Amino acid sequence: MIFKKFNIENKKARDLIPQAITVLALLSVIIYFATNAQINMGNRGISFGFGFLNQEASFDITFSMIEYDGSHSYGRAFLVGLLNTILVSVIGIFFATILGVIVGISRLSDNYLIAKVAEWYVEIFRNIPLILQIFFWYFAALRALPLPENGINFYDISFLTIKGWYVPKFIWTNFNIFLLSVIAAFIAIYFVNSYATKQREQFGKQIPTTIISFATLILLPLITFFFLGVSLTFEYPVLKQLSPTVFTYAGGVSIIPELIALALALSMYTATFIAENVRAGILGVGKGQKEAAASIGLNKNQILKLVVMPQALRIIIPPTTNQYLNLTKNSSLAAAIAYPDIVLVFAGTALMQTGRAIEIISITMLTYLTLSISISIFMNWYNKKMAIKEK
Amino acid sequence: MIKSIKTWILVGFASLLLVACGQGGGGAGSKKSKTLENTKKAGFVKCGVSQGLPGFSNADEAGNWSGIDVDVCRAVAAAVLGDADKVKYTPLSAKERFTALTSGEIDVLARNTTWTLSRDADIGLTFVGVNFYDGQGFMVRKNSGINSVNDFKNGISACTNTGTTTELNMRDFFNSKNISYEPIAFEKADEVVAAYDAGRCDTYTTDKSGLAAQRTKMSNPDEHKVLPETISKEPLGPVVRQGDAVWEDIVRWSLNTMIEAEEYGVNSSNASSLKDSENPAIKRLVGAEGELGAAFGLDNDWSLRIIEQVGNYGESYKKHIADTGILPNRGPNQLWTKGGILYVPPAR
Repeated sequence: MIFKKFNIENKKARDLIPQAITVLALLSVIIYFATNAQINMGNRGISFGFGFLNQEASFDITFSMIEYDGSHSYGRAFLVGLLNTILVSVIGIFFATILGVIVGISRLSDNYLIAKVAEWYVEIFRNIPLILQIFFWYFAALRALPLPENGINFYDISFLTIKGWYVPKFIWTNFNIFLLSVIAAFIAIYFVNSYATKQREQFGKQIPTTIISFATLILLPLITFFFLGVSLTFEYPVLKQLSPTVFTYAGGVSIIPELIALALALSMYTATFIAENVRAGILGVGKGQKEAAASIGLNKNQILKLVVMPQALRIIIPPTTNQYLNLTKNSSLAAAIAYPDIVLVFAGTALMQTGRAIEIISITMLTYLTLSISISIFMNWYNKKMAIKEK
Repeated sequence: MIKSIKTWILVGFASLLLVACGQGGGGAGSKKSKTLENTKKAGFVKCGVSQGLPGFSNADEAGNWSGIDVDVCRAVAAAVLGDADKVKYTPLSAKERFTALTSGEIDVLARNTTWTLSRDADIGLTFVGVNFYDGQGFMVRKNSGINSVNDFKNGISACTNTGTTTELNMRDFFNSKNISYEPIAFEKADEVVAAYDAGRCDTYTTDKSGLAAQRTKMSNPDEHKVLPETISKEPLGPVVRQGDAVWEDIVRWSLNTMIEAEEYGVNSSNASSLKDSENPAIKRLVGAEGELGAAFGLDNDWSLRIIEQVGNYGESYKKHIADTGILPNRGPNQLWTKGGILYVPPAR
């Protein structure tokens, strides 16, 4: 009698059985791999554990956003690598988005030259493997830069050389107050904007929010300089001689060429895909929408900003999320040109020095997974925000 | 659905880690050598080498490998399979080398690898000997005016390979001298050379033999020089997996045979004619006395084949390191009887 319940005619059972089988199969594969790893590691006398994360790393890293030297732990080195990965991803996403939107719109331009240049850009950069582009920027383009003693000089405050781009260092006093004022400015802008929206929707009154926002963002932090003891001075890089023919710059901040090359390659490459998404999004908005907007007297910019873009964004965001994820994952190619990202520092040097392959690779994979899922969650939230709201 | 797949992957990882955490100590090595059996079955020795380091392991245009590290693999192949050419070479980066060995992708790692305590004891490896005594040094441009490590100043940039003892020694050295420096670590030696050659870094640091070998790859080798100081001990030697004592012995004594052969003046051309030598040590080396091969399941001519097909250590050094102009002077890599530190236990 009990078999009757699992009769193939029973829809619930029919749906459940394949799922249960899949889960079982997946579990047994995982258990097989885990036991296999366990037996083999046991046979070879390899221990397993995460205690190494507290051990002294004893290697240095070129470039770090937090205080780090070899006396810190492997855990700290992991953090340095993670922050460097995030840094290059954020820079890459920022420039890829700007460039992508410009190129995408340019491809639809009435101006033949602009449209063609944009088209050629997309076709060239999306069809060359990314690793070659990274090598190109690092080993070809940046290698053409001069040695420090002949660095390209920007008004004596910044120098571009083969060893990096030296820029002035910001030295703050009472930086916290300044930061708070910026946050306060953003909160103020948020309230002004929601007030303006209410006014517009209820009374049809237009409030110039753009100007007010900019003014708040500039004035509020500026006040702290005059009344709250915030000050900012600069430390400029100065040429320093190390030996008769060896020079470098002391003081200031050095933006290492590895970061520049990687950020350039990532954003130039990803921008082509974003540009195509933007073009698809704009073309996906019905012609009638533009004609209707034109007929009520909106000019070209207004049509793009008020009618086309809000609708196009819904088409653009989901595939662009993919590109952001790709860019973040592609940043792991950094190891090829010695940019100290998580793969080079942690899955590279730390793995080598400790020999803890399984632990370190698992941590690294979980880290990328977490990064990617965070970006996904954020972009899904943004997508929902931009979606059509039925009123 | 997407969400549930992600959950499953996470659950999978968690269980993998949990199960792996729960495993106990290592198994004991058996008297029989599994690696030896597998090697005989496969018909070739699986050997891990560098991605191209002249003198140690380097491939020519036709893909033929040569170098003193390669000769260790050839010696093992000659001993085990009777033919020094029966080796399958796997080029490995510094980062990949140990995983390749512990995972069984290769059975011998002869890749200018420094013998250290943590590598020997901690990660399932066993070093079987030293085939090159090296030390870390610095290369600079000749016109730089830097003539000694004492001329280094704060802010110097140094290029090296990632995942090496070099990276650690470099820090120890600059710290002890109280010099702040910019470390730039690449994964591949060729990239280090390219970066240094272009002027990205002021000095290039690695084992001195490596510096001498890589100098030949520079766009203009004469513009560079190696500083006289040596900042570390780098005993380079072949490595095997832990847990196969017989295989470990085979590799160890293949290397020792080459060194001992040089000590007794046995070389590739005179080896077979020395079968009726007066000296019992020589007779043992060429397989005319004793049953030494039986100790690890080989025939008695195993050492003769090594000497005939690969040559003794001196021949190997001369062919790959001295005659190629890398390090004409043998330095510490000379026999103990001639003022060096090459000293191997007797084969008896």
